[in-house]
Amino acid sequence: MSAAIAVEDLAFTYPGEHHPVFDGLNVTIEGGERVALLGPNGSGKTTLALHLNGLLRAQRGRIVASGLILSDDTLAEIRRRVGLVFQDPNDQLFMHRVRDDVAFGPANLGLDDTEIARRVDQALDNVGAAQLADQAPHHLSGGERRRAAVASVLSMNPEILVLDEPTSGIDPLGRHELADLLTSLPQTQLVVTHDLPFALATCARALVLDEGKIVVDLKTEALLDDSDLLARHRLALPFGYHS
Amino acid sequence: MTSPTAFGHQHLHVHGTSPIHRLAPEAKLLGLLGFVITVAVTPRQWLITFAIDATVLLGVFVVARLKARLVLGRLAAILPFVAFAFLFPFVGDGETTSVLGFSLSTDGLWASWNVLAKATLGAAASILVTATTPIPELLAGLSRLRVPAAVVAIIGFMFRYLDLMVDEFGRMRRAMAARAYNPRWLWQSRPVASSAGALFVRTYERGERVHDAMAARGFAGAMPTLSEASATRSDWLLAAVPSLAAVAGLTIVGLT
Repeated sequence: MSAAIAVEDLAFTYPGEHHPVFDGLNVTIEGGERVALLGPNGSGKTTLALHLNGLLRAQRGRIVASGLILSDDTLAEIRRRVGLVFQDPNDQLFMHRVRDDVAFGPANLGLDDTEIARRVDQALDNVGAAQLADQAPHHLSGGERRRAAVASVLSMNPEILVLDEPTSGIDPLGRHELADLLTSLPQTQLVVTHDLPFALATCARALVLDEGKIVVDLKTEALLDDSDLLARHRLALPFGYHS
Repeated sequence: MTSPTAFGHQHLHVHGTSPIHRLAPEAKLLGLLGFVITVAVTPRQWLITFAIDATVLLGVFVVARLKARLVLGRLAAILPFVAFAFLFPFVGDGETTSVLGFSLSTDGLWASWNVLAKATLGAAASILVTATTPIPELLAGLSRLRVPAAVVAIIGFMFRYLDLMVDEFGRMRRAMAARAYNPRWLWQSRPVASSAGALFVRTYERGERVHDAMAARGFAGAMPTLSEASATRSDWLLAAVPSLAAVAGLTIVGLT
């Protein structure tokens, strides 16, 4: 069986820029793994996340998601398999009711109304947000909004979840609840974050992306134990923590 | 995170269980359109017709159990437009009438009345509909009335993101005020203009991100329709009552 995600020799430069974000990036994530993707601002974490679901397209190399090579023909199926949770839930929740947002993905898949309703209930139930179904997104707290955003991709039955900075805008207790949620989900996960304790709580493996290259691939514990390595890539534990 | 704002649409809808609240949104929208058109075509001197229209709205208001303060407060939104109409009696020519010692144009007075009466009736009717219908239902109603999906989507996005934009503008204004910016005169308006520009760019960028998030969930250009129960015959009939009454008012005065 092939890896859940394989990024092979990826090269990408934003239009109008000279400096490439990636020039020969390789990443492999096995099925069922939860992997933290760390790195300083501007290292390309979000750019990589956008590639995994085909929102940005490789200029060289290829993306393989559960055995399927990303191309125009497989784009729709890849977007079903790889669920992308955006950094700002307000970007993701664009409808007036949480239920409609969670139904948006399945409706795009062309499912019938009963199946959509079933998926919506199940997805909201999975994130512990069944009671939010008829709420308006702007009435929710940061943590509730994040749950709703996760539900809005879970309803597509993805095999892989990619979460971009999932702890931003969430209070400390909300972070704990989110960590519990992520560890309870069966999907392969790539968690893009600056939040090292959160990475430790959710992911056994950690990658550090710096200047478009994976420079560290270690057990999360081992990375957090190495303060020199962290400092070299502008990463740091919160005050009061020690390696 | 989002604080309630004066412009926030979340306050438009007032929870209730009245028959008006329960009417299907598409029926209410069509009823509103019929009523407003009838009011708009009513000749300005047909006072009895306007009285009938106002009575009908009063009836809807009572059945919907809305608060008078709420409706009157929202009605204040038309004041800037109506204020402009009050210039007509002073600038109109032809016959004049003496009011409180002023010599005013009769035609201008009628023109003011025309704007005042129609704007008040039209706005009040719209307020009654928006106060009794949640935004998602209004949008569903529009799409069931075959309004093009793109137009419905644009209206939906506007309502969804209006609060965020207003909040963002509020934060920018506070950030300026915190640095002792207190504009009073036109030549101090530059920072306001440039923050409007910044807001435009931010909104544009948000639009791109929202579109990305939609594309990530398989959006390929067509909004999926989420079907729901639609209007029954009695909904249509009930929602047509104000329009029919207004048309009747028009006919009665027209015939006598």
